[in-house]
Amino acid sequence: MVEGLELLTGKAPKPHKGKAMTLGDGSRVAVIGAGPAGSMFSYFFLSMAETIGLDVNVDIFEPRGFCHRGPAGCNHCGGIVSESLVQRLATEGIRLPDCVVQRGIESYTLHMDVGDVEIATPLMEKRIAAIYRGNGPRSSEPLDTHSFDGYLLDLAKQKGARVIPRLVTGLRREKDSMTVQCADQSSDTYELAVVATGVNSRLTEMLGNESGEFTHPDRTKTFICEFHLGRKLIRETFGPSMHVFLLDIPRLEFAALIPKGDYVTLCLLGEDIDEALIDKFFSAREVRERFPDGVIPGHVCHCYPRINIREATPVYGDRLVLIGDSGTTRLFKDGIGAAYRTSKAAAKTAVFHGVSAEDFKNYYAPLCRKISNDNRVGKFVFSVATVVQKARFARRGILSMTATEQQQVDSPRRMSGVLWDLFSGSASYTDVFIRTLHPAYVGNLLRNLVAANLPGGRSRDRRNADEGNGRVRH
Amino acid sequence: MAGLGKEYKSGEVIFRQGDTGSCMFVIQDGEVEAIAESDGREFRLRRMGPNDFFGEMALFEKETRTATIRTTKPTRILSIDKKNFLGGIHEDPSLAFRIVQTMSHRIRDLTDRLARYEQQK
Repeated sequence: MVEGLELLTGKAPKPHKGKAMTLGDGSRVAVIGAGPAGSMFSYFFLSMAETIGLDVNVDIFEPRGFCHRGPAGCNHCGGIVSESLVQRLATEGIRLPDCVVQRGIESYTLHMDVGDVEIATPLMEKRIAAIYRGNGPRSSEPLDTHSFDGYLLDLAKQKGARVIPRLVTGLRREKDSMTVQCADQSSDTYELAVVATGVNSRLTEMLGNESGEFTHPDRTKTFICEFHLGRKLIRETFGPSMHVFLLDIPRLEFAALIPKGDYVTLCLLGEDIDEALIDKFFSAREVRERFPDGVIPGHVCHCYPRINIREATPVYGDRLVLIGDSGTTRLFKDGIGAAYRTSKAAAKTAVFHGVSAEDFKNYYAPLCRKISNDNRVGKFVFSVATVVQKARFARRGILSMTATEQQQVDSPRRMSGVLWDLFSGSASYTDVFIRTLHPAYVGNLLRNLVAANLPGGRSRDRRNADEGNGRVRH
Repeated sequence: MAGLGKEYKSGEVIFRQGDTGSCMFVIQDGEVEAIAESDGREFRLRRMGPNDFFGEMALFEKETRTATIRTTKPTRILSIDKKNFLGGIHEDPSLAFRIVQTMSHRIRDLTDRLARYEQQK
């Protein structure tokens, strides 16, 4: 989307003494990038403007076509729409059609060296969507798949947004506008520029380097790949369950196998994922056992996308706002959910308040701060998970407590709920952390830690779990 | 396996008039009818299809369900938790806009029906 930032002049956070920085009839907005953040911003911005009778224009700059399979049409992501986001989108009237949802997920299966346990949603309802950001892996057949990003872009277009298939190469602040420059030497001016390029574009980096007013987000490398197993085999071996691994592998924070149509997506998150870490993951017994005959097939498509692990600062300026991964996102989880929240907050600010740095500071930045503060708690939660990864006795206790809860129908499922929300990103890290302080949670965990690690206790717990929903394997 | 929500067969009751509940529902695929029951008789209030929602009153008040909801064909329905919804409203009040808009349409529809009923008396 943006190859390089030619020049961004002006002191972004200082209020500009020019025309009033509010949008009126005929105002023009440039959205750079048509990932979920850019498309959702355009959709909500135009919806809100229509509601108050404001006649504005939105141009979305996106050279990529989401109808392509493989990297050409993909925004490189694990492809999970969280339970909370599915519900919020449904409430907004955005229904994810079956052609976009590659598989509805209704449970998580946690794999550890001490056993496996399936954590089912209490309602036995598919409320998590496994999707493709593009139109499927590199070698996939062009069947009935549809890109999630393409679907959101279509919604924005239906609201009146215009897509300009050009690569943006520069962004320049003028007295009362922002000028967007493209690779074909064309340029145009806008009352507001919205940067929604994610962190795998050079824009945020250039924004920081050129203007000196912005610090681009800190990033880390992840690994995503696709295995072709076929629909029938996936149904038999993976079912409508996302398979999560808690393994003692240094630098690995989260690993999941996500079933989607004919393919299974592997997503590894952690600290600079490299080939050594990937090899170690593939050689783990718990991973190999997931695949037919214990053999991991060759992947058909893979990438090492970077993710945002610390927000850009600040995420706004006069007539400029950074949304989604370009600005602030959630740590490791629910990046699409963060794109929804930040894009909508930015759209509300622009429509109802104005487009000055002061407006974004007052009405947009608080949400970004809330997400950033929650990420700090998230870092602590993941550090606890790292301790659990290394402590076998702790893993036994967690397995025992979760498996027992999964057999009980009416009792509170405290550990299951904590793990569910941690894996799915459906609740804030702060909420997850607070729930772990509940005396009943602490008491049950201590009891299970003792029971599961006593001689004889392990086999009893396994037997009990095998009888119920919590399928425990050793 | 694709598709979100829970699957119901044709003729299944999602909830009955008088039930208590704490979530609302959004139809993903299929169709349901809202039925008022009185003196053992059924009166169909409306039919609803994909993207329509029902049961929203349970999100705002603790009263019982005011109508029975029954599928008229195989239907897939997504439930919306009260906690998730109210948490979302707390952060972003505009999340309720579509619900308020639909409730407004329903009040208008009921007012029209009441006026017609009064004329026919």
